Amino acid sequence: MSLLGKLTLDAIPFHEPILMVTMAVVVIAAALIAALVTKYKKWGVLWHDWITSIDHKRLGVMYIILALIMLFRGFSDAIMMRAQLALATGGATGYLPPEHYDQIFTAHGVIMIIFMAMPFMIGLMNIVLPLQIGARDVAFPFLNNLSFWLTAGGAILINISLFCGEFAKTGWVAYPPLSEMSFSPGVGVDYYIWALQISGIGTLLTAVNFLVTVFKMRAPGMRLMQMPIFTWTCTWANILIAASFPILTAVLTMLTLDRYLDFHFFTNEAGGNAMMYINLFWAWGHPEVYILILPAFGIFSEVISTFTGKRLFGYKSMVYASGAISILGFIVWLHHFFTMGSSANVNAFFGVMTMVIAVPTGVKLFNWLFTIYRGRLRITVPVLWTLGFMVTFTIGGMTGVLLAIPGADYVLHNSLFLIAHFHNTIIGGAVFGYLAGFAFWFPKAMGFKLHEGWGKASFWCWLIGFFVAFMPLYVLGFLGMTRRLNHTNNPDWNIWLYIAFVGAVIIMFGILFQVVQLIVSFKNREALKDTTGDPWNGHTLEWSTSSPPQYYNFATIPHVHDIDTWTDMKEKGQAYQQKSSYAPIHMPKNTAAGVMMSACFTTFCFAMIWHIWWLAIVGVIAGITVFFKRCYTSDVDYYVQPEEILEIESAHNASATTFNQGKEFSA
Amino acid sequence: MLIRNLCNIALGTTVLALTGCKGGVLDPKGQIGIDEKNLIIIATVLMLIVVIPVIVMTLYFAWKYRDGQDQQIYAPKWAHSGKIEAAVWAIPIVIVIVLGVITWQSTQQLDPYKPLEGKGKHLTVEVVSLNWKWLFIYPEQGIATVNELVFPANVPVEYKITSESTMNSFFIPQLGSQIYSMAGMETKLHLIANEPGTFKGFSANYSGAGFTGMKFNAIAMPTQADFDSWVSKVKSESNTLSKADYDALAQPSENNPVTYFGDVEEGLFHTIVMKYMQAHGDMNKMHKAMPEHSGHANHTMHSEGEK
Amino acid sequence: MSSIPADINIINHDAHAHEHHDTGGDTVFGFWLYLMTDCLLFASFFATYAVLYMNTAGGVSGKDIFELDFVAVETAALLLSSITFGFAMISAHAQKKAATLTWLAVTFAFGVVFISMEVYEFHHLISHGNGPQRSAFLTSFFSLVGLHGLHVTAGLIWMATMMIEVSRRGLKPATVTRLSCLSLFWHFLDVVWICVFTVVYLMGVM
Repeated sequence: MSLLGKLTLDAIPFHEPILMVTMAVVVIAAALIAALVTKYKKWGVLWHDWITSIDHKRLGVMYIILALIMLFRGFSDAIMMRAQLALATGGATGYLPPEHYDQIFTAHGVIMIIFMAMPFMIGLMNIVLPLQIGARDVAFPFLNNLSFWLTAGGAILINISLFCGEFAKTGWVAYPPLSEMSFSPGVGVDYYIWALQISGIGTLLTAVNFLVTVFKMRAPGMRLMQMPIFTWTCTWANILIAASFPILTAVLTMLTLDRYLDFHFFTNEAGGNAMMYINLFWAWGHPEVYILILPAFGIFSEVISTFTGKRLFGYKSMVYASGAISILGFIVWLHHFFTMGSSANVNAFFGVMTMVIAVPTGVKLFNWLFTIYRGRLRITVPVLWTLGFMVTFTIGGMTGVLLAIPGADYVLHNSLFLIAHFHNTIIGGAVFGYLAGFAFWFPKAMGFKLHEGWGKASFWCWLIGFFVAFMPLYVLGFLGMTRRLNHTNNPDWNIWLYIAFVGAVIIMFGILFQVVQLIVSFKNREALKDTTGDPWNGHTLEWSTSSPPQYYNFATIPHVHDIDTWTDMKEKGQAYQQKSSYAPIHMPKNTAAGVMMSACFTTFCFAMIWHIWWLAIVGVIAGITVFFKRCYTSDVDYYVQPEEILEIESAHNASATTFNQGKEFSA
Repeated sequence: MLIRNLCNIALGTTVLALTGCKGGVLDPKGQIGIDEKNLIIIATVLMLIVVIPVIVMTLYFAWKYRDGQDQQIYAPKWAHSGKIEAAVWAIPIVIVIVLGVITWQSTQQLDPYKPLEGKGKHLTVEVVSLNWKWLFIYPEQGIATVNELVFPANVPVEYKITSESTMNSFFIPQLGSQIYSMAGMETKLHLIANEPGTFKGFSANYSGAGFTGMKFNAIAMPTQADFDSWVSKVKSESNTLSKADYDALAQPSENNPVTYFGDVEEGLFHTIVMKYMQAHGDMNKMHKAMPEHSGHANHTMHSEGEK
Repeated sequence: MSSIPADINIINHDAHAHEHHDTGGDTVFGFWLYLMTDCLLFASFFATYAVLYMNTAGGVSGKDIFELDFVAVETAALLLSSITFGFAMISAHAQKKAATLTWLAVTFAFGVVFISMEVYEFHHLISHGNGPQRSAFLTSFFSLVGLHGLHVTAGLIWMATMMIEVSRRGLKPATVTRLSCLSLFWHFLDVVWICVFTVVYLMGVM
């Protein structure tokens, strides 16, 4: 037994030119960033104000940065796959052998769901939710920091797999027996297991944290049925996380035991049952898609009601519809495998239950429509994303209901029709929602608005690119093309594969324009500056703070009398009220414990992947030691002094009032 | 607007593709496939009744109520209407009830385990997915093939399906339904070809490196006589398939050529299924313990276990 | 494994940060939520056991290996430890430091008895060739019971830490909050064990 377990120099893919070039690019980019940080002497800021920060707003920003980085990684995988399938037709085998291609489609799925969509959603929730309920932070700020770093640890592991060893070649669902040791003896599945496990635990802790925040820390006067709709949908999502992620933890643990200790949960041999993995996986996996989509629904609601200048139509219906979706989301998982041979009654039951979800979803769509009705809709970037969503998602919902009919699923299951369907809902639903939220709350988080022109350019590329890339996949599904093929030999399919590739290129421009938008906006940040804290004439409490918000969020906790609290306060003339004195505010101190614990546990995971047992033991013990040290540190909090609060608040109120007077004057 | 144009283009191309497509799900050559195609069309039309108005309303409302237009009708506090809310709950509920009834009935009717009635005697084919090829055993004829499936047209075929190792899905799109193949389990599928022809078949569930090459031709012979003469041709092959030959065949290989076996060891399929099933206990108790598992797969396992 | 240290993080100091709130209450509520997620973790393993317990692969079944007398003693130790923890909490709320420490020590001793007996049982099974690698039944048995055992072990480590904390710092509100969380955890494990005892052992020998 070597000191480094299974890890040898052979693990580095010297023979893969694509990987070596990628590795070089990553190293150069990292060196460049490090050089810039050194040049501007920002290492201290990076460490003290960001990495160790327990401020929910900064953690939210870091989550979104992580999500965007992983979006680039996941999209690179996507366009490589589309290029492979556009090239590998008519007997050609393309440029990616199965050995490599199979890792790419697995990584694409895992990254986009676990490390792009989830951090994006959690990032927005972090920035906005405590502000919306008038809280100074989340219930357990240190835990929040730890959650972020555990998620980041998982993302780091999955990226290490690119240059050290391999990633899973099983598809993102990693069904056994294929993912068992006998068929996947490499370290790929182990990377999969540990990356998902560590980030999943981070997500679970986030859910618990935000549930306590929502139930215990709302501003005085705010009843549950007065919470802003985004907070509500996030709360439903958190309930779903708390109820479904333990199942993922369990099923990954079982697969780990099978692979490491020769247990027989899912093996063919000795009475294992692979069907059980598939059931448990989807008992988590189906709620997971609602975890992704529900907060996006909340974002659309906020965006529509803000930019029409109206109250949200049917608030109660929206809350109950989200709840119905959450509960129903738990009793439909079997529709992922109608073709397993369950009896007709079982299949029909799960099919009908799946369709029932279309009811609350349809209600939501109608409620958005009637929010626009008799409003004054300002066609801004967030609104474009919302309108694009309503059109796209309706189609995705329709194909989803079609797949829920077992008789139709028997011929469409695992085909490209299915791929088109879930991209239709995840891109057209979740991702469009997050991008709407990104444009909507960007000024709140960063203090300046995003450039509209580039934002619109990006939106149109995404929307058009989406249709060009995925409508052909619906057709290919009908033509009998199944998923995860490495190359094809059917002349009828070629044209659609080419069109789909063009669509992916258009989406690439959408992503590029977003980068351009960020750069242009940053350069013009003075012109785009949000001086009032309320750039869109918002309804809810986050817009009562300055942009970016004061680190303590609220100098005095507001009293809530209405769902649209901030509108209520503006109408009653209670906004921007200057007080002569403030009470000191009790705040938590930043801490390095979260990032250090995550570093230890990530090291533990890496050691487990490569069977470096001594390092695994060191990692775990170090992690627990840091935790105990943190528990017995008493220097964790401080008071913000009234003078400092007075100074900050005066500056904010002065600039907001000046701006608003100027606006009235010009009007 | 661009969105609407795009939708039209998308819809147009889809319709074009659907009517013109050859060899896919919408060009069925067997009864099951035809029923499933009709089901897809009916369900889609039903849903379009809601989907099209929603899309049109979205674009119309966004245009009509855009900022700077018709300021008089602006109603910022209007957020509730019992009538509208009743309607927005009722419309989807009605559509889902109709679809639910269709789903319930079609699922019973298209149950892959249900023998095709009134079509005469079944031909039985035992299907084994191996890494990465298909083995077809004809127990009544005592022959076997790799990567080629031959049967007479207009005769219902009963497929008994299992896997040697990883999970695959046995699928011939033009004939209809697919079903997973799983080690230690026997699943069933009933299909028929309404006309002679050569149809593409493959695995529809990813199973590892050689997955893309797991293809076969499903050939429906014009008459029983044609089928019989094909059987005698295979029988004349000197190749045989004993358990030992099978174990050699089960070794992973990719893009296998079509192979015929003139003679097959009796009960080979049963041996393959039982290799892993012996480890399983009494399945009746399992039903009680985990109701969602009470599928056909287990029923079959049970009956097999008693043999 | 990594889940255990991460999960107990909920009992951290940061809850103090919010002057307007009953922070101890937040912590206990958060911990209670965590226990609900833990409950689902156990539920998954129970479901797995229910699916696999007949799959003995020609090896032993529950009837062959379960010794109810032995397990009854084990169960009694754990149930008694729950009662003694209750006394520890009463003492803690009454600010009686010495009594709290004594009752915690008694609870700890019962916990150690329970874990030792479980380790003995596992060792006995493995040394007779009935380890978790033998069959899916044994896999699910070892995993379910072992998962509970790992939780109890984590609880014992936590309890030892708390004993040191109480003896050094006394019964400050923060410490009592932590004891309340540990108490919830300990009673929760008791409830889970009753389910294990019923589903695995009692139904296994029937």
